[in-house]
Amino acid sequence: MAKQGATVDKDTPVLECKDLSISYYTRAGEIPAVVDFNLKVMPGEAVGIVGESGCGKSTVALAIMQYMGKNGAIVGGELKFMGRDMRTMSEEELRNIRGSRISMVYQEPMASLNPSMLIREQLNEVLIYHEGISDEEATRRSIEMLDAVRLPDPERVMDSYPHQISGGQQQRVVIAMALLSNPQLLLLDEPTTALDVTVEAGVVELIKDISKRFGTSMIYISHNLGLILETCDKIAVMYSGEAVEFGTVKQVFDEMRHPYTRGLFNSIPLPGADRHARPLVPIRGQLPLPHERPRGCNFGPRCDHFRDGLCNVHELHMEPVKGQSGQSVRCVRYQDIDWDKAKPKAVEAETIEFGPTVLQVKNMQKYYEVNDGSIGALLTGKTTRYVKANEKLDFEAREAETVAIVGESGCGKSTFAKVMMGLETATGGEVILNGKEIGNLPVNKRSPQLVGSLQMVFQNPFETLNPSHSVGSQIARVLRKFGVAKDKEEARQKVLELLDLVKLPRDFARRRPRQLSGGQKQRVGIARAFGGEAAVVVADEPVSALDVSVQAAVTGLLTDIQRKRRTTLLFISHDLSVVRYLADRVVVMYLGQIMEQGNTEDIFSPPYHPYTEALLSAVPIADTSIEKKHIVLEGDLPSPMNPPSGCPFQTRCPRKIGAICEQQMPPLKEFGNGHRILCHLDDDVLTSMEPVIAMPGDKAKRGKASAKPATAPSSGRAKAAAAAAALAAMPAPVKEKARPAATPARKKAVAPARKPAAAKKAAAKPAGPVRLKKPESKADDLKLISGVGPKLEQTLNKLGFWHFSQIARWTKKDIAIVDDELSFKGRIERDNWLKQAKALAKKSGR
Amino acid sequence: MSDVTAETAAPAPPTGLKRLWKSIGLLRESYVGMFGAVLVCFWVFIAVFVDLLPLQDPLAQTRGAQMLPMLTADAKDVMHWMGTDDRGRDMLARLMYGARVVLFWSVLATVVAYSIGMIMGVTAGYRGGWWDEIISFIGNVFLAFPQIVLLLVIITAFGPSSQLGIWMTNELGLDKTLVSGSLIIIAITFSTAPQVARIVRGIVLDLKTRDYIAAAEVRGESPLYIMLVELLPNARGPLIVDACLRLGYVIITIALLGFLSLGLPPPDPDWGKMISDGRQWGYNGLNMMLWPALAISSLVLGLNLLADGLREISLRD
Repeated sequence: MAKQGATVDKDTPVLECKDLSISYYTRAGEIPAVVDFNLKVMPGEAVGIVGESGCGKSTVALAIMQYMGKNGAIVGGELKFMGRDMRTMSEEELRNIRGSRISMVYQEPMASLNPSMLIREQLNEVLIYHEGISDEEATRRSIEMLDAVRLPDPERVMDSYPHQISGGQQQRVVIAMALLSNPQLLLLDEPTTALDVTVEAGVVELIKDISKRFGTSMIYISHNLGLILETCDKIAVMYSGEAVEFGTVKQVFDEMRHPYTRGLFNSIPLPGADRHARPLVPIRGQLPLPHERPRGCNFGPRCDHFRDGLCNVHELHMEPVKGQSGQSVRCVRYQDIDWDKAKPKAVEAETIEFGPTVLQVKNMQKYYEVNDGSIGALLTGKTTRYVKANEKLDFEAREAETVAIVGESGCGKSTFAKVMMGLETATGGEVILNGKEIGNLPVNKRSPQLVGSLQMVFQNPFETLNPSHSVGSQIARVLRKFGVAKDKEEARQKVLELLDLVKLPRDFARRRPRQLSGGQKQRVGIARAFGGEAAVVVADEPVSALDVSVQAAVTGLLTDIQRKRRTTLLFISHDLSVVRYLADRVVVMYLGQIMEQGNTEDIFSPPYHPYTEALLSAVPIADTSIEKKHIVLEGDLPSPMNPPSGCPFQTRCPRKIGAICEQQMPPLKEFGNGHRILCHLDDDVLTSMEPVIAMPGDKAKRGKASAKPATAPSSGRAKAAAAAAALAAMPAPVKEKARPAATPARKKAVAPARKPAAAKKAAAKPAGPVRLKKPESKADDLKLISGVGPKLEQTLNKLGFWHFSQIARWTKKDIAIVDDELSFKGRIERDNWLKQAKALAKKSGR
Repeated sequence: MSDVTAETAAPAPPTGLKRLWKSIGLLRESYVGMFGAVLVCFWVFIAVFVDLLPLQDPLAQTRGAQMLPMLTADAKDVMHWMGTDDRGRDMLARLMYGARVVLFWSVLATVVAYSIGMIMGVTAGYRGGWWDEIISFIGNVFLAFPQIVLLLVIITAFGPSSQLGIWMTNELGLDKTLVSGSLIIIAITFSTAPQVARIVRGIVLDLKTRDYIAAAEVRGESPLYIMLVELLPNARGPLIVDACLRLGYVIITIALLGFLSLGLPPPDPDWGKMISDGRQWGYNGLNMMLWPALAISSLVLGLNLLADGLREISLRD
């Protein structure tokens, strides 16, 4: 692809890999990790490398850094940095290049910072070593850079140790460190994987900006297609050590040619659709081991379009795609495959009758006691403090229902799971399972039947099974323990049946966990959880550690079994797009409190809690046609030991009204159908919110077609599909740089927006800010001010504001008048509006 | 979504003997470990089959053949490959039978110390809280005591020549060797078990955060089951390595006790006692000291190298 990738740009590429092959030497001999890899990165360009674990994407990064350890080596091809072959460089030269002209950002920020050194020393070191400047000069530049990566209070950060700042801040420091010496190339290896979604959104925002502001070329390695879409210009898809597709982001996302790329896209949930409109299709089989790769196409054995005698004859090469300059693909059949036929068909929404309420959580509360022995604590007499893990949980779950509990780390969702399981007991409130109080019943006091009816699927596939015992014996133990199987023979038989249920071969019973892949282990974990006639299964992020193509298979399996057995599933997750696919109801948690709960379709359409809104906008979406609002939360999650007063979300809320948020716990607002929001915002403010995710028209057809059969009245899922279709069917004029334009498809008549009233008021009050009847020249796009959406723009226009300069001239008094007219009390920081409007006005020359 | 085909089958798992053979195969890759294993196997072989070897009676004293140098024959034309000691006993035979004595008591002492240390460590680590505090405190008290002093105190206070020891041998008719041996085991347990407990506790503290432990708790397993079935098998890797090293230390300790004449009672051959016997004769007793010293160091070296090799392998995978 290097050949046809030659563009009009005459400059030398920053980095060029030509037929690069990398091998590792191990006990088993030479293992080819990367074969014939081609890549060209031009100045200022951002290239994404995407692929599942074990595809060789990190090896490429390490090869570029020339840092492969003693058992790895480049065995063929060229690796040119700024036109010079890095393979011929001496250690000395490489040392000078690393960290100054090529820098790297790793996945785990805490592991890339030295915990015993001040951040000041670590940052200055880079400059002092590479540029030989004085300490004061280095400090000045470091502070500038910390400011540039948008760290609040850079001086304080400089004098901190890494553990004193949060994970998101740490990653910003690492990025600042990488940018300090103004490198030509920045390698980012999954830089946000270890961060929470809302924090991730902020770091991604920053990364997007880097190439624009610093002119740095980037290679962004990730398994997340959505992140690549947000940050990169070009993308290379890797599979089993080879690049299988390369092109611009638009080409690959809109017109993917390789079956593997297609498979990847089909296996990830998109927030714009639910599981009926667009069912997830996992890629069958698993990644071949590097020394067991098949002949011909590596993807052949897993490919639905495999042709014997064509795909497995000779090694394939990257071919330029006809009619698409710059796009290339490693597939012999890419022109023959009829993708329309192969597209996943929308499935009919099956109607699920939910049974009676199985689980009731009433005002459940869990505090952990912390003994503080410090002198300060002794002096004030406050030696015991409380970690308020769960403050007041209140929700129900019915039979056969899937309830998702969503929230970031530290929101108390795992604590809740522990109380459910009896590993902890509740401090207050009740947890009632089938009419029996279990919140204060530790697991050793529960009857085997009760224990068996309440089981759990764990997060980490590598820890969920005991490595010392065979798979079969671990499942059998559960069966015997719960009294499902009476004797050995019966247990053996049941184990085999359970393996069938989770679609694993029967001979896996004799295997040890280390002989299983991550997805297979998770299947065994599911078999174990459903072994004892479970009434409620709690799944704690069961797929977050798995590769995307496997995730689809495992979530599909989990919900299939759950529905077949009419089990209630509590699905704990931080990923809203997965939740949309499988949940009937959603509970959004923040700092031990439920911020919002309701049916899935209500959660995913306005009104939102401001936190839900931020969460929704933070999920990266791998679809070029979807427009989404960008809301980046400021600050970090407060500690549950010392939660903020009033509303727990007030410290980060972009829609904070004012003092009331800091002083009072917000009221719980009912929006019908069990949809509840804990917020101080007025009802009409909440109901007039715009949807975060807007879908274009062509999607709507598909959604509508699939949703047609879904009219069964009692089905929550069917309603979700219908709502999605309705939402999608709205005509959506997608403007350039437009924010979501689709009007919210709200049908609940809770509180109509007070737009007309506001307009009337505007006409009645002549005093105040400068207004124009209509623009003399072309009106400015007011939506460029962050915080103004299409709806607000309309309102502003109606009030007579058309230009940035008008807004920039607002006085405090004017703001008050406008606020009054908008009837959105303190909805957004107006001062910030002014600043932005001033800058925009200057830019546009008005 | 439901039509997931079975994922490709991995090779069948090796079982029992095959697995053992595979582990040995892995050890072959570490030359250091292999060398250690050969040394250890040599002494174990000797200890087990010493009765079948064409050796002389290790207790038979030959008059007139005292302190012969190596490779000399006595008046009856019996060859003494390693010479004889100050009572005319064959050094080679004593050395070989000594291997049995040393290995028997040291392995027994290590097993006892390890079992007690593991019980202390696994309960302290898994249960935590006040139990952990108590166990750790007791362990620290014993570790803070100088080891030699601890051994001397225990053995002089309860040894065969103490009131208690005399009572046990005379009144209860217990074998003197048994009494001293048990005392050695007790003494070594006191000094070693706290160290083992500390290691086990550390491993358990790490292991108990794993999901499979939570899974076991969630299905209502008893703490005993979790400790024995879920936790300990997973701690075996580092513990096997540590046990090899620990066995070496115990051998040295037993030799030391023998050297100080606090070990097993004569006339059973004991390498430490043999060195001490030779020491009385100064330069003339060099031959008497050389062989047992070599034996001790080769066995301990073998164990240390074996432990190194095992660690190397476990890190590589």
